[in-house]
Amino acid sequence: MERTIEQIYEEAFKEIKSATDSESIKALSIRYLGRKGIITHFLRNISNLPLEKRPEVGKRANEVKKSLDTAFKHALKHLETKSLQKDYRIDVSLPGRTIQQGSLHPITQITWQICEIFKKIGFDIAEGPEVETDHYNFEALNIPKNHPARDMQDTFYISDNIVLRTHTSSIQVRIMEKLTPPVRIIAPGKVYRCDSDLTHTPMFHQVEGLMVDEGISFGDLKGILTTFIHHIFDKKTSIRFRPSFFPFTEPSAEVDILCVMCRGKGCRVCSHTGWLEVIGAGMVHPAVFENVGYDTTRYTGLAFGMGVERIAMLKYGIDDIRKFFENDLRFLGQF
Amino acid sequence: MKVSLSWLNDYTPIDKESYNSIADSLTMVGLEVDSVTDRYDYLDSVVVGRILNIKAHPNAEKLKVCEVDIGSRVIRVVCGAPNIYEDMVAPTALQGTRFPEGYVLEKGRIRNELSEGMLCSEAELGLGADRSGVMILDQKQLTGNKLSKALELSDMVFEIDLTPNRPDCLSIIGIAREIAAFQQTTIKYPETSLSDAGDKISDLTSITIKAPDLCPRYSARLVFDIKIAPSPFWLQDRLMSVGLRPINNIVDITNFVLMETGQPLHAFDFDRLSDHRIVVRQAKKGETFITLDKKEHLLTPDMLMICDGEKPVALAGIMGGHNSEVTESTSRVFIESAYFTPVGIRKTSKKLGISSESSHRFERGVDPEGIITALNRAAQLMSELSGGGLIEGVIDKYSKINNAGPITLNVGHTNRLLGTSFDQDEIKNLLESIEFNVEKTGSDELAVVPPSFRVDIARPVDLMEEVARLSGYNNIPTTYPLIPAEARQPEKQLGLRNSLKKVMTGFGFTEIINYSFINRLYCDSLRLESADQRRNMVDILNPLTEDQAVMRTSLIPGLLETIHRNIARQIKTLKLFEVGKIYIGRGKDNLPEEIEMLSGIWTGFCTNASWYSKEIGCDFFDIKGVVEGLLNRIKIDRIKFTCMPDNLCTYTRPGHTAQILQEKKLIGLTGEIHPQVLSNFDLKQAAFIFELDLKAISDLIPETIRSKPIPKFPSISRDITIIIDKDLESSKLPETIRKFGEELIENLYLFDVFEGDTIPQNKKSISLRITYRSKHKTLEDDEVNYIHKNITDRLLKEFDALLPT
Repeated sequence: MERTIEQIYEEAFKEIKSATDSESIKALSIRYLGRKGIITHFLRNISNLPLEKRPEVGKRANEVKKSLDTAFKHALKHLETKSLQKDYRIDVSLPGRTIQQGSLHPITQITWQICEIFKKIGFDIAEGPEVETDHYNFEALNIPKNHPARDMQDTFYISDNIVLRTHTSSIQVRIMEKLTPPVRIIAPGKVYRCDSDLTHTPMFHQVEGLMVDEGISFGDLKGILTTFIHHIFDKKTSIRFRPSFFPFTEPSAEVDILCVMCRGKGCRVCSHTGWLEVIGAGMVHPAVFENVGYDTTRYTGLAFGMGVERIAMLKYGIDDIRKFFENDLRFLGQF
Repeated sequence: MKVSLSWLNDYTPIDKESYNSIADSLTMVGLEVDSVTDRYDYLDSVVVGRILNIKAHPNAEKLKVCEVDIGSRVIRVVCGAPNIYEDMVAPTALQGTRFPEGYVLEKGRIRNELSEGMLCSEAELGLGADRSGVMILDQKQLTGNKLSKALELSDMVFEIDLTPNRPDCLSIIGIAREIAAFQQTTIKYPETSLSDAGDKISDLTSITIKAPDLCPRYSARLVFDIKIAPSPFWLQDRLMSVGLRPINNIVDITNFVLMETGQPLHAFDFDRLSDHRIVVRQAKKGETFITLDKKEHLLTPDMLMICDGEKPVALAGIMGGHNSEVTESTSRVFIESAYFTPVGIRKTSKKLGISSESSHRFERGVDPEGIITALNRAAQLMSELSGGGLIEGVIDKYSKINNAGPITLNVGHTNRLLGTSFDQDEIKNLLESIEFNVEKTGSDELAVVPPSFRVDIARPVDLMEEVARLSGYNNIPTTYPLIPAEARQPEKQLGLRNSLKKVMTGFGFTEIINYSFINRLYCDSLRLESADQRRNMVDILNPLTEDQAVMRTSLIPGLLETIHRNIARQIKTLKLFEVGKIYIGRGKDNLPEEIEMLSGIWTGFCTNASWYSKEIGCDFFDIKGVVEGLLNRIKIDRIKFTCMPDNLCTYTRPGHTAQILQEKKLIGLTGEIHPQVLSNFDLKQAAFIFELDLKAISDLIPETIRSKPIPKFPSISRDITIIIDKDLESSKLPETIRKFGEELIENLYLFDVFEGDTIPQNKKSISLRITYRSKHKTLEDDEVNYIHKNITDRLLKEFDALLPT
């Protein structure tokens, strides 16, 4: 027996300590623990020892083997870590390969928000044609030809009997002709009026709402629209309902919110009134029900309509409605 | 409608200080007050001045040069008034003053002498009739004080935005009535002391109504020996308070009564009426008429004319005629007060494009029972204020306007519609506050007769609205309807539209919204052929501009315009999309076909210059990739892109355009914009587009998704490279392999194309990778090799192809 197990052990540790790279550790590991390694050889030679020494030496040699094995693994990890620290480093402050997203038009975003709220309340979404007959846009909504109420909307005409719909209310009668009550729909879409300035564009977007059932009241109209306004603006928004006139609703109402810009003090946006008109609404006029054959003694209904641009302008602080349709990326990219 | 508080105060007590709360209350009963202004705002730059000294004007005999102390400083004022004296205290207008008569004062030189202000007369300031000299103020007035403050001049004017159902409020009395209702004050109507007795008038004139449908009531009085002169100041002041300019006593009185009562009147010069009589008839075909604004109009038989013994003298209810109007020399006046049918007035007014204070009221409906009151009021004022003599008697041609009986209002129905709990008495009181006649009939019902001026009230629901309005909308309890939680199926195309928008933004595209109308010339800009259905455009009869004259039949012009606009603003890489309708005309009397499209455009770079890459321009395969990704995301498969025949799409570049097919059905196209189209839109950089028909896509989306098991066994991939004709569309290879129907093929894709030296001319080499997998076992190499060889052989044969050497 040339060397004791303790000597081997000591020597191995010295060598591990002085090793500077993982390759030499791997080589040492083979030299000591490999099939022809020193420890393996030592263990094989234990049988040459006197019988009474064998268990003790054998036990110790196995301990050493285990310990070295751990030491090699440990050293290997340590050296790897060390070498990574010294390795080539990247400049993490360089710009990444950004995956650029596009954006939805603010009108789409607000329309979705509006629809989402009404969907939660139990309304379905419906749509209708934008080029519409005089019948659905006016006559059936109790706005006969040669009625001054026609002046409330500047109409684009295609022919005597065909118009670009001036409001999404045109869908009311189309829906009621198809369905029997209860009816709960909202109808978003484009509408057209021949008017163009800071607050008017010849095309804009509205969302119409219609609910018909037994026992629907003006109080319900207030409830639904209050819920809506508290969702789309915020819960603290002050609301007032005031009498107005639409030929297809009665009673008719304008829904105002306290000016979001000046909080009611009066400013340019609210024409110094402190209030902003956001929704036109009312109880469906019996003449409209008669036009679609609904039983006016049994059913009542509520209807409302709002301008999407108007709400978007108030929510985002946009002062010129025309910006929505100029499609300047410097504007659209903000939403 | 403008109303001044001073005028309103004539009929019901108005607390001038609480104008804000009156305005709010009016708004809350449905008469929306748009603005509240002080009518004396124009006096803002008129101050109290004291004349310090007066010198002769060096260049003008009649003018004086004064030094005037205006508190903060002393200014020089050139003045021609005869009554000025040193130490006189007088209103001094400073530059910028806008006088009621329209003139704006500017600083300047008068006959070469500097004049920094103007000493004003009462009349110039709109404060009185006197224009003979400068207005003299009390010596105690403080110089520099604003004149309005010194004289305590303040009169609030409301601009009320009236809805078309409330013609009764197109008058000062109408508004006063509403105020009296919510203030709970009484209303005092103007009194006339005329007697209707006597009938001297019938000897002098006559009225014949030949169109009673259009004119159910026509009444008149005569006032003789009048003298045309300016009105007294109180009358002028009333008119000025609501923004009307005084003209002369007769015209002013008709305007005054119009504003006061809402009943339009017309004064004819009696001596200019042929035969001294009136005939109300419809116009004759081809007849012409000159209105008092000296414009000539061609009449049609549906128009109602007021005529004398031989010719038309007024466009009924709209405007008087030049041939019969009151002039300086008029001495005998025929006063007309009538009821014209709203629809008739409106038609004529629209047709001729004339709108007046009269037509505005007639087309909404005047009070048929207020006609004589207004007539008497005007006649009395004329005889009092113009020195005239009233001719005894009234002519009143009245073919009864249908007078519906009382309306039955059910209290329960009212409460059910409004969500309220009013009792019979509460409703009765509310309606009575605005002069409705209400009788209780039974325990739950009321019989209601609305006053004649409320022409908008016809049904019970009209009364319910009045109840709601008068009690205050904000006092109606807010409630919530019960809505069942039903399972509802959303509309497919709607959901699709929303998810496509989301996917597109995920792909880096920004949504735009263009107007639905475009310029007709865009058909030519897109090089559309004459038979192209997109030339069937829907014309707008009254477009705002030529650029918005027809409904679009393609989203492409809007996209091209948008990139042009943004490129001009130095944004050169653009990825945009729009979802919107196109409108294909189907003849003048039919609604057009509305087709919803999704179109996208990409121009500029695909990869921007960066630290890791050079900039790379986008190309056909970038936009095609977008379409593939999009369709893939919404689970539409078996899509084929094949070369678009050149004549089918004229606005894209030949050979750089693909039609998108699903099982032979065309659902869209993608390609590069034709260079000529680019130049038509003044674009200098290439642009790539796609168009998809949303309805067509929507029909292809699978109803449900069925999950498939995840494979248990490994796959094996083999490549294949073959040389085929250069002109052959490479997609034919995978298509053909698929058709072989080999079950073990799990996936295959094209990964290389090569043309060049090592390949024969007019040929290209295509490399495909095929992945084989079995559901039941691990495939053996030999087995796969055999199948792969078989596929290769069949391909070679099918395409007469070669293997690479």
